Amino acid sequence: MGYDHHFRVWRGDDTGGELDDFSVEVNDGEVVLDIIHRLQATQAPDLAVRWNCKAGKCGSCSAEVNGKPRLMCMTRMSTFDKDEVVTVTPIRTFPVIRDLVTDVSYNYEKAREIPSFVPPADLAPGEYRMQQVDVERSQEFRKCIECFMCNNVCHVIRDHEENKEQFAGPRYLMRVAELDMHPLDQADRQHEAQEQHGLGMCNITKCCTEVCPEHIKITDNALIPMKERVVDRRYDPLVWLGNKILRRTPDRDRSSTTD
Amino acid sequence: MTDGNGTTTETYERHDFDVIVIGAGGAGLRAAIAAREEGMRTAIVCKSLFGKAHTVMAEGGAAAALGNVNPKDNWKVHFRDTMRGGKFLNNYRMAELHAKEAPQRVWELETYGALFDRTKDGRISQRNFGGHEYPRLAHVGDRTGLELIRTLQQKIVSLQQEDFRETGDYESRIKVFAECTVTELIKDGDRISGAFGYWRENGRFLVFSAPAVILATGGIGKSFKVTSNSWEYTGDGHALALRAGASLINMEFVQFHPTGMVSPPSVKGILVTESVRGDGGVLKNSEGERFMFNYIPDVFKAQYATSAEEADKWYTDPDNNRRPPELLPRDEVARAINSEVKAGRGSPSGGVFLDIASRLPAAEIQRKLPSMYHQFKELADVDITAEPMEVGPTCHYVMGGVEVDADTQQSRVPGLYAAGEVSGGMHGSNRLGGNSLSDLLVFGMRAGVAAAQYVGSLGGTRPAVSEETVAAATEAALAPFAIQGGENAFTIQQDLQQSMNDLVGIIRKAEEVEQALLTLQDLRGRVAKVSVAGGRVFNPGWHLALDLRNMLLVSECVAKAALERTESRGGHTRDDHPAMESEWRKINLVLSLTSTGRLEDETVGLERQPVPTMPTELLQLFEWGELSKYMTPEELEGLPGATKMAPLPESEGA
Repeated sequence: MGYDHHFRVWRGDDTGGELDDFSVEVNDGEVVLDIIHRLQATQAPDLAVRWNCKAGKCGSCSAEVNGKPRLMCMTRMSTFDKDEVVTVTPIRTFPVIRDLVTDVSYNYEKAREIPSFVPPADLAPGEYRMQQVDVERSQEFRKCIECFMCNNVCHVIRDHEENKEQFAGPRYLMRVAELDMHPLDQADRQHEAQEQHGLGMCNITKCCTEVCPEHIKITDNALIPMKERVVDRRYDPLVWLGNKILRRTPDRDRSSTTD
Repeated sequence: MTDGNGTTTETYERHDFDVIVIGAGGAGLRAAIAAREEGMRTAIVCKSLFGKAHTVMAEGGAAAALGNVNPKDNWKVHFRDTMRGGKFLNNYRMAELHAKEAPQRVWELETYGALFDRTKDGRISQRNFGGHEYPRLAHVGDRTGLELIRTLQQKIVSLQQEDFRETGDYESRIKVFAECTVTELIKDGDRISGAFGYWRENGRFLVFSAPAVILATGGIGKSFKVTSNSWEYTGDGHALALRAGASLINMEFVQFHPTGMVSPPSVKGILVTESVRGDGGVLKNSEGERFMFNYIPDVFKAQYATSAEEADKWYTDPDNNRRPPELLPRDEVARAINSEVKAGRGSPSGGVFLDIASRLPAAEIQRKLPSMYHQFKELADVDITAEPMEVGPTCHYVMGGVEVDADTQQSRVPGLYAAGEVSGGMHGSNRLGGNSLSDLLVFGMRAGVAAAQYVGSLGGTRPAVSEETVAAATEAALAPFAIQGGENAFTIQQDLQQSMNDLVGIIRKAEEVEQALLTLQDLRGRVAKVSVAGGRVFNPGWHLALDLRNMLLVSECVAKAALERTESRGGHTRDDHPAMESEWRKINLVLSLTSTGRLEDETVGLERQPVPTMPTELLQLFEWGELSKYMTPEELEGLPGATKMAPLPESEGA
């Protein structure tokens, strides 16, 4: 049943740190988070880790396992060879607080910058009527558990701290798309998506979609359709022709970022 | 700052608010929205990140008699189902308010942006669930809790955006203190005056000054080994209330959800939603028998099918067939599974089989139960569209909690309120699935409004926070750092969980509960001597050392009440007293602290108190025959016009 596995866990704080080696028992069916908990209980009681539900529903235990962003609670030990070293490090795009815990406040700040749902003024509670087929598009995005791994892997901010201010990240661009596709939302969001939240900076490499533990098709179903909606409006042929003749300079926010 | 060894003077972050909400699950967020809408400056203090609270774990739905799927549904039917589910021990007034107000609270969520699944005519869809007569649970697939918390979180953000437009500051009226734990409530005389806590991130202390505190901290499930609850569920609100002089009721009633995962061992306890059964899933033993037909208790005989044939017809023709017994209230199903396993008819990993694969097409299972499909696939290598799941009972919910006024949610302590799982009374001895999400909306809002009114009534005379209480709270919080060579908190927690699971679990008997009380006494000594390695920055060992004190206190309350109640009812099953006794239906067990101070000096006292009596107009919603199964002959005799009580006409949903 049980065997000892070689773990390397990053320990440190905002001033620096290092990978510590541990040999730790692993049992049948366990996930990486179980092993981190066993380390806490037996070898490192002050090892900092953020977690809640341990069922893949709350999105708290994001970390990089052998370099890949993962929910530790959904990463089974059986996916590693018994002699394969498992290295656990904090997610990279956000500043470290301690050990595996990072400061994710960037995400909450961005959430606050997205204008909220605007309900129809003429409908009282209980009078909303929407068809299942119409709510399903936004429902897909509302499966998001806010693990922030999509924002963590997004090239626009992973290696470019300077882009954080003008870029909401896949999570919150998807939130804009969710509201734009909500059958009863009354706000116009397309201009703001481009001008305020940095939709144009996304160069659809689909890294966000690949890491999403909820398997939301962030790029295909949220970001690209949102770009198309913006384009439909911004690049209407007549407007485009007018701009061309008047030699308008390209928009700053249309320039894609480097990888 | 100091680690407890040094003598450096402590500095405090200080905040003034009108209302402090402790806990950011559904109840806390709904309370905060209400308080802010009443004009209060409101703080939300939560142990986790904003939006991660345990409400996300709720899967099935929010029960509200919208009547969208079956127009016969109305608040009276919902009220009746709730009282039946709780075996008539519920605070009837709370059950009444809940049934009446739940629809409005659910509809309101749509105005915040929630997107529930729809009926064909575009209304909110509703699903069947255990103990609910009609399809009643508003839902989003099997992730309703996530929808609810995200919706409330986004409503809070929208209020902050409003405040920003007006004041230039997002946090001028609502501020969220995430990853911040409250360790003490502060009083001035007999009234609440504030709270004391620490930032998990850096270990620094906060002193809140506020005349009203709303507890919305959820439950106590982390005191049990097999549980669907997260690390946060350490009974903080229950313990804070006790230490502030409030009382708890119904603590013997702990809900073991019938279906938790049982295999592999590391996922034991993770919830398998009741929706699996609501959507057609059936329970089978190792002999392939649908055993629930053997476990329909007398009080429910009239409403449940006695053959598989009738049960299966109910899904398409509920008017002419009785419900499948898989949809009995949770306590009944959990006990039945327990009995089957004990009788040697369990599954290989010690549970029973839950089969949806042979009941629905694979595509429909994936559409209706996406998280369950995902959960079993990723954690257990089981494809639920092709093979049965193995399931068994898991500690899920505590019916008991802070004794509150039904209309205002105020505790015995002026200024202290409780809403959601941390409050007691609403669910009696057993909660129906789906009644939790509606409970926290209804009573979260009521607590927020009542707290605002209370604060408004104070005028300029606000209770004060004294420096002595702050100093005492500081000392208590740092105590574990001062102890050298003591035990590791994690070891003590495991021992506590094992004892509660083994001795005060799903089936109880006097000797075992007495043994648990002795063990808890012993654990008190060990917790007082726990020591902590490392510093104050995000240190889980320290956090747990502080939480353990709460876990111990609420565990003792559960055990004391469980020993006292010599009958079996709802979430309390006594092997040595298997019958439900009418005399006990009239009694609530009330727990409070009779002496306070250091952990070792705390003493839990227990009193008996009458259950509030239902007024005639509510009693008349039930048939005489049904009431006679729960009430004493004297009570029945005392009912005005009792013998004339007749079944309700069909239009009322009998």
